[in-house]
Amino acid sequence: MTNKTVLHAKHLASGAKMVDFFGWDMPINYGSQIEEHHAVRTDAGMFDVSHMTIVDVQGADAKAFLRRLVINDVAKLATAGKALYTGMLNEEGGVIDDLIIYFFSDTDYRLVVNSATRVKDLAWMTKQSTGFDITITERPEFGMLAVQGPEAKAKVAKLLTAEQIVAVEGMKPFFGVQVGDLFIATTGYTGEDGYEIIVPNSSAEDFWQKLLDEGVVPCGLGARDTLRLEAGMNLYGLDMDETVSPLAANMAWTISWDPTDRDFIGRDVLTAQKAAGDQPKLVGLVLEEKGVLRSHQVVVTEFGNGEITSGTFSPTLGHSVALARVPRSVKVGDTIEVEMRKKLIKVQVTKPSFVRNGKKVF
Amino acid sequence: MSNIPSELKFATSHEWVRVDADGIATVGISDHAQGLLGDMVFVELPDVDDSISAGDDVAVAESVKAASDIYAPVSGTVVAINEELEDAPELLNSDAFGEGWLFQVKLDDAGELENLLDAEGYKNSIDED
Repeated sequence: MTNKTVLHAKHLASGAKMVDFFGWDMPINYGSQIEEHHAVRTDAGMFDVSHMTIVDVQGADAKAFLRRLVINDVAKLATAGKALYTGMLNEEGGVIDDLIIYFFSDTDYRLVVNSATRVKDLAWMTKQSTGFDITITERPEFGMLAVQGPEAKAKVAKLLTAEQIVAVEGMKPFFGVQVGDLFIATTGYTGEDGYEIIVPNSSAEDFWQKLLDEGVVPCGLGARDTLRLEAGMNLYGLDMDETVSPLAANMAWTISWDPTDRDFIGRDVLTAQKAAGDQPKLVGLVLEEKGVLRSHQVVVTEFGNGEITSGTFSPTLGHSVALARVPRSVKVGDTIEVEMRKKLIKVQVTKPSFVRNGKKVF
Repeated sequence: MSNIPSELKFATSHEWVRVDADGIATVGISDHAQGLLGDMVFVELPDVDDSISAGDDVAVAESVKAASDIYAPVSGTVVAINEELEDAPELLNSDAFGEGWLFQVKLDDAGELENLLDAEGYKNSIDED
């Protein structure tokens, strides 16, 4: 049984080429994924992300539960609406999923988790909730759109009420606010300005159509992948999974080590890994000549082999970029080799981030 | 269904061949194939004067999605390559049967064309996919 989002008919009406994405029939592109990519970098594009899972965690112990569940510390969240990005680990220190948590109060949080991991995430959260006074509530009655690009906010503003415009005015990155029917957040997966918007299923099609009418370009999963990879953002299942430590996935910044007595799941394993200093790391690779770096290609370095976790052609830069997991001794600026189509090709090591706000950043 | 020009011959691996009066064969990949590959980003072509044999992998079409080998549908000597593709690989997407041609071959044996599919046969072969 294939799942369809509330916007499925709109995709077909826009001529989308549909593919199966972990059980969801989703648009891969609406003609050219490169043109969609450029629309987000230079103007405004929108993505249907209604397949992602919205989970509300509420109750007297909500804060204590999340301080145990994830590697970042929700106690850092003091302003209503503030969000954080983090990971949820198993007891072995592997990443079950990456997620965003919005804070409304100490008893009220909203989580957005990946669709491909929905079942295991909910099972894990339910299992870990034993002894905590909380409720875990999925919210399938909402659709979700990401509107991204330098003109995204201005185009969305034309659809908002006066009250909503005031509420989002000057809202800093990584905040979300519920006003009227819409939950509007300054988050995204492209490295551009814009919003992620949660909208009731009953008005999702109308909202999508109005954005189309404003000239916002519908974008598929193809452009979503090249945009997030240029921005150096991880994709669960490729760049990390349950066998990978956050220390080996450029997620160390999402771990809150202080206070030292916060006993989050996986803490003992991460502490030992950090002390040993033996985890590989995720770096960026750049190939300025012909060819495209691809997932699972072997990376050859003087310190041992690594692997490309995600690779693609970067439409913004005009050449290939990749994320790769390599031995920790490899340094930014090094030249290493990738095995491509039976040949060893030289590539440059960079920080794992390539494009932000339309500009090259390495 | 993409439009398939009736005057072309096809390999089951999605290459097309158009033979002109001088016995020169122009080779490309089908519109169906470019649709499967998605946006093209690089095209690697053989060199002029290369001698190629039917079935050899002689070119590569690399899209955002994947790198795909292109096989010589006929044997002969390469007499021209489409240099436009160096800067505009998207011609393969926009006009696979026209401006997106790949290379031209002086045929060794025009009889080899008999081994290829006609438009109807190619259409049937992709309908089975």
